[in-house]
Amino acid sequence: MYNSPSPLEVQVLTRRFRLPNSHSIETYLQNDGYKAVEKALGMSQEDIINEVKASGLRGRGGAGFPTGMKWGFVPRTSPKPKYIMVNGDESEPGTCKDRLLMQYDPHQLIEGIIIAGQAVGAEQGYIYIRGEFRYLIEHMDRAIAEAYQRGFLGANIFGSGKTFHLATHSGAGAYECGEESALLESFEGKRGNPRIRPPFPAVAGAYQCPTILNNVETYCAVPSIILNGAAHFAGLGSPKNGGTRLFCLSGHVNKPGVYELPMGFNLMRMINEVGGGVRGGKKLKAVIPGGSSCPVLKADECDLAMDFDSVAAAKSMLGSGGVVVMDEDTCMVKAALRIMRFYAHESCGWCIPCREGTTWLRKLLQRFHDGMGTKSDIVLIGDLSKNMLGRTFCPLGDAAAMPTIAFVEKFRDEFEAHLDGKPCPYEKSSKLVAA
Amino acid sequence: MTFSPELEARFERFLAKYPADRKRSALIPMLIYGQDEVGSITDEFVEEIAKRVGVTPLEVREVSGFYSMLHHKPMGKYHVQVCTNISCLLTGGEELYERACHKLGLGHKQVSPDGRISLEEVECMGACSWAPAVQINYDFYHDVTPEQLDKLLDGLKAGKDPEQITEVPKVNC
Repeated sequence: MYNSPSPLEVQVLTRRFRLPNSHSIETYLQNDGYKAVEKALGMSQEDIINEVKASGLRGRGGAGFPTGMKWGFVPRTSPKPKYIMVNGDESEPGTCKDRLLMQYDPHQLIEGIIIAGQAVGAEQGYIYIRGEFRYLIEHMDRAIAEAYQRGFLGANIFGSGKTFHLATHSGAGAYECGEESALLESFEGKRGNPRIRPPFPAVAGAYQCPTILNNVETYCAVPSIILNGAAHFAGLGSPKNGGTRLFCLSGHVNKPGVYELPMGFNLMRMINEVGGGVRGGKKLKAVIPGGSSCPVLKADECDLAMDFDSVAAAKSMLGSGGVVVMDEDTCMVKAALRIMRFYAHESCGWCIPCREGTTWLRKLLQRFHDGMGTKSDIVLIGDLSKNMLGRTFCPLGDAAAMPTIAFVEKFRDEFEAHLDGKPCPYEKSSKLVAA
Repeated sequence: MTFSPELEARFERFLAKYPADRKRSALIPMLIYGQDEVGSITDEFVEEIAKRVGVTPLEVREVSGFYSMLHHKPMGKYHVQVCTNISCLLTGGEELYERACHKLGLGHKQVSPDGRISLEEVECMGACSWAPAVQINYDFYHDVTPEQLDKLLDGLKAGKDPEQITEVPKVNC
């Protein structure tokens, strides 16, 4: 299933993916496996955290928060137990990388988690995996059992006298649980509603104890950073955006797939040179650069360095690495509607602006798509979206509003083309036309 | 209520994963793995799990109602899930879903009269680079063409198990 590699890739996290039995502990051990954690066991907590800080590693789940700084917020002298939580809920539309990291190199993830545990003095970690990835839960369980057998997990890991336990945890279908505080609630056996912050998970996370919570890919970057040094990792990317990133190309490209590219790689080159260009020789219309929550970019905005700061400067987000490519025949109203249907379905209902906002936006966009929109609806969509921004406990409200604002502002002509009973210009037959 | 020895062993492993006073953490894993055997989240199942994790049945219901993979009435033996979210939409996922509706004579979350097949239009299942994607129970099918979908659904309708429909193999990853 895994796509053929691109010669432009810089393989750090994926460098073992294509080895035979890449998932086995033997393969991992023969290819630098578990050397980083042995090195980390000889380092002070401060040194591990400083190394991660210096690497420029930023959270791969979507927000891009500096990982070392996050780890530094954990009160290491707290008498409470500390936890390492792994976000493997991968559910941002457009994103399909964490499943490969777990499938092809589960021990890299386990090693990264153990190092994080050493950095803050945690003795227990949990990998929260979305329920749909049942085969991966079992796959990770087998890898964890291998690590226990070798004495890499459990009491006295690597003969160091230190303890670290690790287990998987199954979700049961909820996008919201990919949000850190909702994930923690879900982990504790509750509805996946977000928590009010502060306090942040670093101080009061799992069971109200100090917790490091990062994405799968973030932990997977840690062994390489410790083994090869922060400077090496930082040097792979662009300023303040260390390392490589697993980009998930999907939609209208010739060679969709997951590619590991340096941070700051040009988006247009990614589409044309890595992804083989737009399918069927069509023209590029738009790209969602980092999963459905990220404002859409028009084709002429895609000459862009793919790192957190450059994409933010272009008023979108690098997000979770899901690059969704749309060709000239794509109806932007339909794309906006489908994405809003998702958010309306996935809103947990905790905050009214999100619960009501996503539902009304879905209805409005549906009305447009059905050819019944009016000019004032365009204004209403903008108003509704803007009134959701910043008014919810978690980012889901913003994640629904921001792309909608971008769709309407950047493709207003397409919305206008759907006004007053006009059939969708991109559909061969409109539902309004009687058969 | 009794469970198979395998499920009992699994429940025990789940409960042992968390601190002794945090059994509730096992609730969602127990519900989803238990559902596979029980068939759906029944009243009896809710009460049994509530006892085991030390919460009220109402608290279990409050949780089970939140998660889209937990079903309160039985789905088919083969639950066909078609993704129509953005990456799948762009590559024909919506057409696949409509095709499945017509072929099976079922709508969203409906079950065939013999209880064998059910259909659901699902949100992103994390297979975007291999879109359009379909899941039957927990097995993934990637880059699904309309012809492959037909073969899968015709096979299921003819009484075959997915493993017997060798022309369309599931992907292991």
